[in-house]
This record gives sequence, C-alpha cells and structure tokens, in this order.
Amino acid sequence: MAKLVILGAGIAGHTAALHARRKLGRQHEIIVIAPNSKWNWIPSNIWVGVGWMKPEQVTFELAPVYKKQHITFKQARAVSIHPQGDKDHAQPFVSIEYTHPDKAGQSEQVEYDYLINATGPKLNFAATEGLGPDKNSLSVCTYGHAHQTAGVLREKIERMKKGEHLKFVVGTGHGMCTCQGAAFEYIFNLEFELQKAGVRDKATITWLSNEVELGDFGIGGMLLKRGGYITHSRIFAESLFTERGLNWITQAHVTRVEKDRTHYELLNGETGVIEHDFAMLLPPFSGVGLKAYDKNGGDITSELFAANGFMKVDADYSPKPYDQWKPSDWPKTYQNPQYKNIFAVGIAFAPPHGISKPMKSPNGTPINPTPPRTGMPSGVMGRIVAYSIVDMIKGKNKPLREASMANMGAACIASAGAGLFNGSGVSMTMYPIIPDFEKYPETGRDIKYTTGEIGLAGHWIKHALHFAFIYKAKALPLWMAVPE
Amino acid sequence: MVKRNPYEQNYYPPVPTKLTRWSRVSLIWQTFRFIILNIKILRMVRKH
Ligand SMILES: Cc1cc2nc3c(=O)[nH]c(=O)nc-3n(C[C@H](O)[C@H](O)[C@H](O)COP(=O)(O)OP(=O)(O)OC[C@H]3O[C@@H](n4cnc5c(N)ncnc54)[C@H](O)[C@@H]3O)c2cc1C
Repeated sequence: MAKLVILGAGIAGHTAALHARRKLGRQHEIIVIAPNSKWNWIPSNIWVGVGWMKPEQVTFELAPVYKKQHITFKQARAVSIHPQGDKDHAQPFVSIEYTHPDKAGQSEQVEYDYLINATGPKLNFAATEGLGPDKNSLSVCTYGHAHQTAGVLREKIERMKKGEHLKFVVGTGHGMCTCQGAAFEYIFNLEFELQKAGVRDKATITWLSNEVELGDFGIGGMLLKRGGYITHSRIFAESLFTERGLNWITQAHVTRVEKDRTHYELLNGETGVIEHDFAMLLPPFSGVGLKAYDKNGGDITSELFAANGFMKVDADYSPKPYDQWKPSDWPKTYQNPQYKNIFAVGIAFAPPHGISKPMKSPNGTPINPTPPRTGMPSGVMGRIVAYSIVDMIKGKNKPLREASMANMGAACIASAGAGLFNGSGVSMTMYPIIPDFEKYPETGRDIKYTTGEIGLAGHWIKHALHFAFIYKAKALPLWMAVPE
Repeated sequence: MVKRNPYEQNYYPPVPTKLTRWSRVSLIWQTFRFIILNIKILRMVRKH
C-alpha cells in the first residue's frame, strides 16, 4: 500500500487527486491537505468582483466530494516538509496545522510515500505599503476578496448615480506581479458594468501595470495573425483599451497605496501619483512559506525551495541573461531533483526565470512581470504528475510523464463583459506558452495556433468553462471527459 | 466611434469599424466563431 499526500486543493492539486484516485486501487491512500473547506473556480472570481455572480456560484464544499471519491481530506495548512523523516519517523512526513473549526490549532505529522506540492501562491500584499483589501486597495484573488470588491463597487455606482465623477484604477500592485490577465479581465468587466448601470460617463478608468507594454501578459506578449497582418498583442490590447475609453500607464512599480491615491515608479526612473476612488490592484505572488527540515532537524528549506518560496523541480536554475534563456530551461516532469518522491505543480513550482524580459529602473527597481502559470497548464501538470506517481506506485518501469510549458499550448479566454447576448470575451490561444525562437524564428510561437479575437463567442466559452470545470471538480459522472 | 485627439494615447491604436463591432455581437457569426474556437482549443488541448 502506498500513501500519496497532496498539499493544496486548487486547480493543480485537486486535478492530481482526482486522476490519482481514478487510477489507483483503494488499497492505496490519497490524502489531500488544504486550509480552505471550499473549492473555488478562481477565474470566475472576476464575475463575483463585479457582482454578476455570488461566491456560492464559484465554490463548493470539498469534503463531500472527497468522501465520495475515497480521498482523505484534512482541512489544514502544511507547515513543513521532512523528506528524510526524523528521529521519531522513519518515513518522510509533512507537519500540518488544522484550520478546520473543530480541530483549529491542532497539529499532526502526516507520513507519505509520494508528495505533491500544489499549494499555489501566497498573496504577498505586504510587499507594497498600503496594498490589499485590509488596507487601501481591493482584490479579486479569492472569492472573499471579490465579494468585498463587488460591495465597494455597488457603493461607488450609487455615488455616480447621484452625479459624482469617480476615478478607478485597476492593475498590478507591485513591479514583480504576475497574473495581468486577471486584472485585464477585471478592468473590462468593470467598464461593462458601469455602462450597464448607466454611469460610464461619470468614471475615469485607468490601467496601471508592470508590463513593458500593454498586451505583455507576463509572456512577453505574442505575435498573432489578424486582418492580413502578423501583429503584436500590444496592438490588439491597445485597440481594445481605446475602444472602451480606458487610459493606461505601463512600466509601473507601485510603491505605496493610500486611501485615495497610488504612488508609483516608472522604468525610466520617474515617479508618479494617481488619484483614485476605487483601486483593484493585484498583489505579487510568492511561495506559501513552507519550511523543510532534515533528519536531525536542520533547516534545508533553501535546498527544496527557491528564494521566492516556490519549490525547485527539474528546471535549469543556473542564472543566465535573457538572451541565453532557452525553452529547455523549463521543467518537464516537476520532480524535485533531490527527493524523487516529491513533485511540485501549478503555481507552486519554481520557474527557472521569467518569460517577459527582466528590466530595472535607473534606481535598480525590477519592473517586469513574473511568469504566469495559468489554469490550463496547472491542471495538465496535476494530471501528468498524478500519472507519473501512479506508474511509480504500480512499479511500471516507465520514464516520468512530461508536460513542459515549452511544449504546451494554452487557451486564455478573458471575459470583457458578462451578458448572454451583449457580453464580450477576448479569446487567445498560443502554442507554445514559452516562446521558442529557434523553432519559430520569426514569431517565437506557432502562428497557426497563436490567435486572438474579440466577440460574444468568447463570453459564451468562458461561461461554458465555468460550468464544465465546476462539474469536473465535483467529480460528477464522466468528469474525466472534460479536458484540463 | 471613440473620440480621439491628436497626439494623445488613444490616437494611435486601430479601432474597430462599425461592421467589425457588429460582427462581434452578431448571433450567427458568433455561433460560427464559437464552434471554430472550440475546435481550436480542443486541438490545442489534445497536444497534451
Ligand atoms: C482573479 C483570477 C482570475 C484568473 N483567471 C484565470 C483564467 O481565466 N484562466 C486561467 O487559466 N487562469 C486564471 N487564473 C489563474 C489560475 O487561477 C491559476 O493558474 C490556478 O489557480 C493555479 O492553480 P494552483 O492549483 O497552482 O493554485 P491555487 O488554485 O491557488 O490552489 C492552491 C491551493 O493550495 C492551498 N494552500 C495554500 N497554502 C497551503 C498550505 N500551506 N498547505 C496546504 N495547502 C495550501 C490553497 O488553499 C489552494 O487549495 C486566474 C487567477 C486569478 C487570481
């Protein structure tokens, strides 16, 4: 009997748990450890953040799903990994602290044969003074944050209906943020909601981000085929911003957020201040702060984790300048090089470097997006790592499965307004996610699969995905037919 | 059509014509695009 422990029940961890259970007999135990009792379809938090959906529509309780699937669920937070065991444990184990109200504060050591770290990001609001929903800005990263944001938006709409003119700022709250796509979706949904409420003329909406240009999205932008041209996603994005009457400030590192204004530094060293009545600024991400200890209790955190707190896997972490970055630097199997029974998937693995070019202001402030690891690759990683572990447990002498982001495509459907007949979405596909200028010297990506278009169909797809992924995550009949 | 002032940020990007904007909400055209986009996405997903 083998014991597989999965830390995190987000897109990557939950996908891994369901696939592993499907492939492994009941004699093998699967344990999922996650601090939240609910599963959240995070992409739809955007719609919660504008009040179009309620938190209940984007979440469900995990415990009944795991019970039905014969997966043990511990509502707890992993604190440390002990890959060599310790004096009381011959087996490797994870230390956890319960968050379940009945056991809150209790700790436990959970032994494992195989471990998947899928703990996602820590939302590092503390990196910027005044940033975050407990301070001076709003967020849509969790359904709770998004719900709070929707409440504030409602108040602002009421004020605008009474004739006030208000200023909205949306974007990234630090020079090293990722996930620009989420803020991009939010700004267009916000604009759409203000139009619907009849107060669009009472709002100035500004995008503030760390991208070098609009349309970078942390992937260095992309070249795509549009209207007889091969054009950059920057043109595509600028067109949409112009059409919807949005202003933009890029190359910005937010240094401080106050109640009614945000301070920033630009890549050229200049500083600026933008006033706001409403600021939705995403935080930078880091690892969740897991520690690691050896058999004697010595701290080996830096062996397992990179400085940003994400777990080291089979990537090439040797420091290199941008012009020497290669697609082969990116991990393929997500196995930790030192402990072959430990894997990290989704946002939890440490990328070898960025995708967008690193840049610094004359003051030495890094201002560039860090690499996104979106839902589709996170789910694929969860599945292939589950399959690799199943192969190992079953004693199949097979090489590990591979799913490199350098060899994987992604479909990014960004909502630009929610409405069955008047909504809009930006549908982008790219292959591969990591540009490969050796294989595709002209464009870095396969132009046949790298596309972008705007229209109602994008909203329909996004809405259909909402239902499909929640159906799949609930492990309802034939769930496995829904691809990651 | 968006009002654009020379030398301002929004003067330079292309903006869609009336026909393009209409096609983005035309139920017939968008149903067709919905099918095409799903095929594209499925082909992409099948690569993994
Ligand atoms: C607002 C928003 C919109 C987005 N929209 C899209 C989109 O449209 N399309 C797309 O592809 N991607 C989108 N993304 C990105 C997508 O949500 C992420 O790529 C995806 O959630 C990553 O999956 P993950 O499993 O790595 O992390 P998560 O989904 O964040 O899961 C992490 C899990 O680990 C748990 N955890 C945290 N700490 C611990 C601990 N110490 N011990 C144990 N468990 C722990 C968490 O509770 C959670 O269950 C969006 C992101 C945001 C924030």
